[in-house]
Amino acid sequence: MKYKSQKVAYWFFALCMLLFTLQIVYGFIMGFARIGMDGLHDFIPFNTARAVHTNLLVVWLLTGFMGAAYYIIPEEAQRELISVKWAYIQLISLAVVGVVAIVGYHFNYWEGRKFLEIPRELDYLVVVNVLLFLGLILGTLFTGKRKTTTALVLSMGLLFAALLYLPGMIWFDSQVTDSFFRWWVVHLWVEGVWELIMGGILSYLLIKLTGVDREVIEKWLYVIVGLTFLSGILGTGHHYYYIGVNKIWLIVGGIFSALEPLAFLAMALFAVYMYRKGEKSHPNKIALFWTIGAAIVSFIGAGLLGFAHTLPQTNLYTHGTLVTAMHGHYAFWGAYAMIVLAIISYALPNITGRKRHDKTNGHMAFWLSNIGMLGMTVAFGVAGVVQVYMERKMGLDFMKVQNEISIHFVVLLLCATLFATGITMYIIEFIKYGKPSDEAMTTDTH
Amino acid sequence: MLSKSQARAFFLGGTVVTFMAFIGLTIYSFRPQNDQTHHDKIDAQVIRGKHLWETNNCMGCHTILGEGGYYAPELTKVVERKGEEYIKIVLQSKVPWEPNGRKMVAYAMNDEDTQAMIAYFKWIGGIDLNGFDRIVSPLSKDKQ
Ligand code: HEM
Ligand code: HEM
Ligand SMILES: [Fe+2]
Repeated sequence: MKYKSQKVAYWFFALCMLLFTLQIVYGFIMGFARIGMDGLHDFIPFNTARAVHTNLLVVWLLTGFMGAAYYIIPEEAQRELISVKWAYIQLISLAVVGVVAIVGYHFNYWEGRKFLEIPRELDYLVVVNVLLFLGLILGTLFTGKRKTTTALVLSMGLLFAALLYLPGMIWFDSQVTDSFFRWWVVHLWVEGVWELIMGGILSYLLIKLTGVDREVIEKWLYVIVGLTFLSGILGTGHHYYYIGVNKIWLIVGGIFSALEPLAFLAMALFAVYMYRKGEKSHPNKIALFWTIGAAIVSFIGAGLLGFAHTLPQTNLYTHGTLVTAMHGHYAFWGAYAMIVLAIISYALPNITGRKRHDKTNGHMAFWLSNIGMLGMTVAFGVAGVVQVYMERKMGLDFMKVQNEISIHFVVLLLCATLFATGITMYIIEFIKYGKPSDEAMTTDTH
Repeated sequence: MLSKSQARAFFLGGTVVTFMAFIGLTIYSFRPQNDQTHHDKIDAQVIRGKHLWETNNCMGCHTILGEGGYYAPELTKVVERKGEEYIKIVLQSKVPWEPNGRKMVAYAMNDEDTQAMIAYFKWIGGIDLNGFDRIVSPLSKDKQ
């Protein structure tokens, strides 16, 4: 840690750990409901559990991105944050809005729009909060000593993510138009601007962990984010095939979304190549595992599993089935959850001054959570493929098929237990690191 | 070899060009002659139905147009498949509806809201979905 204000990041990461834990709890509630154990139905029906599960996911990832920015930007810009006090105010208001939204979901206070369930009134508070965050980050970056490509790409991703939230706040009378613009948020986030955020964090971590020359890494960063937008923007069309929008998207969406895996492939090759080229002397091996892991798993989850159902001919059969849930889990895990866990693993020893980064626990956390999530993905995948065959090829009734596939949710829950064990170990490590300390300024590894 | 400024030009150029194309195609999709939804048939009832759909987060369990949760059946074409009477009973039930061992939230809706929901489903059912409606709810075709 070079700048005192980087400590702010710690509290964002702590909030992350808390929200992530709750997300997993609600995942289990849904998993159990799917095998008939729905005792909580009267208090937490499936739609509540689902809204909480997916919104907590988005909020903890965004909290992680914000923490990452508060950690990375001062170091890249070579100055302290312009205001630490306001950063804490931003953190607290973010937590408050998040908690109000999540509690509201239990009392029918929501908008039933997949992934954007936060009610309109709270949306405005989200906007204010994010504006404050951007003010602090951009203010620090543009008054700093240098503006690196890594910092610019990261900040650009955060800025565009904020702008893209706005189309999701407009009311439309038509369900189709509503969906059309909902995808401007959801798709253009995960297959667009969030990749810039991921790319920025990845590039920062590779520079630190491999010691490869910044110029080389940042050049390839441009190529990666170039591929992202080139394919991802028009790739939005893969959500427009079968929702009542014009047929033109079958062609446009088909072609461009089929190119989207290239950006993820580039990211995986980039990480592996930089690692090979680098010195391999950095002591924080756990951070390195999460970093390279994120690049590889995102290629499988988003790139390969996304490609598997992105052509209109396949999507006709898989659209809105558990095949989508399979892809959703592995893509979010590989690309965004793992990169947030990577930056946390990298930052913790530096913020707290305690070097626990060679502990077996940390490695176990990595492997258990990854094996667990891979197993969950397979379970969702098998359930999804069987669903597609029985329901959509053979024309069987929805609930008949659901009863047939419930066994795969037993497997899902077993794998989820493995996954949750891994995450618990990660969080225990997080707690063992202790609080941030100013002494860490002198005991820095980098 | 590629230089950093060439890489940056690739990024900026690609982004601007595809973004312009995206906006162009969006405008194209919303021209009245390219509409596949019978947009003019959206009346106050349908809008009210959509509002109810959202405030109750029906999409948290069901899919509509293939979008939503995967816990409960797809509701595109539900009127053709099940009939208005059935939908009315489900929505007005005071205990959780549970025909196949999986519970729905008991909404106990009044007649007005129920009619709005049905109007909404009928409007959805009339949308040209590029063939998806035949795959997702094959029974709706068999019944005709
Ligand atoms: C990290 C990046 C990605 C994440 C986090 C992600 C996540 C998701 C999620 C959560 C959904 C479900 C959305 C919903 O139905 O509401 C989805 C749908 C979809 N994704 Fe991705 N995705 C990513 C990248 C990709 C890529 C690169 C492709 C294509 C190559 C792709 C293809 C698709 C398709 C075709 C659907 C629609 C499925 C359907 O019709 O039900 N995704 N994605
Ligand atoms: C204990 C672990 C978990 C369990 C048991 C679990 C279970 C579930 C279930 C049952 C659903 C609902 C599917 C449906 O509508 O029927 C779901 C949705 C979802 N979960 Fe999880 N989940 C877990 C962890 C995670 C994690 C770690 C992530 C992200 C990295 C995640 C991301 C998602 C997403 C994006 C959706 C929406 C998928 C879609 O609509 O296509 N889940 N989860
Ligand atoms: Fe997408």
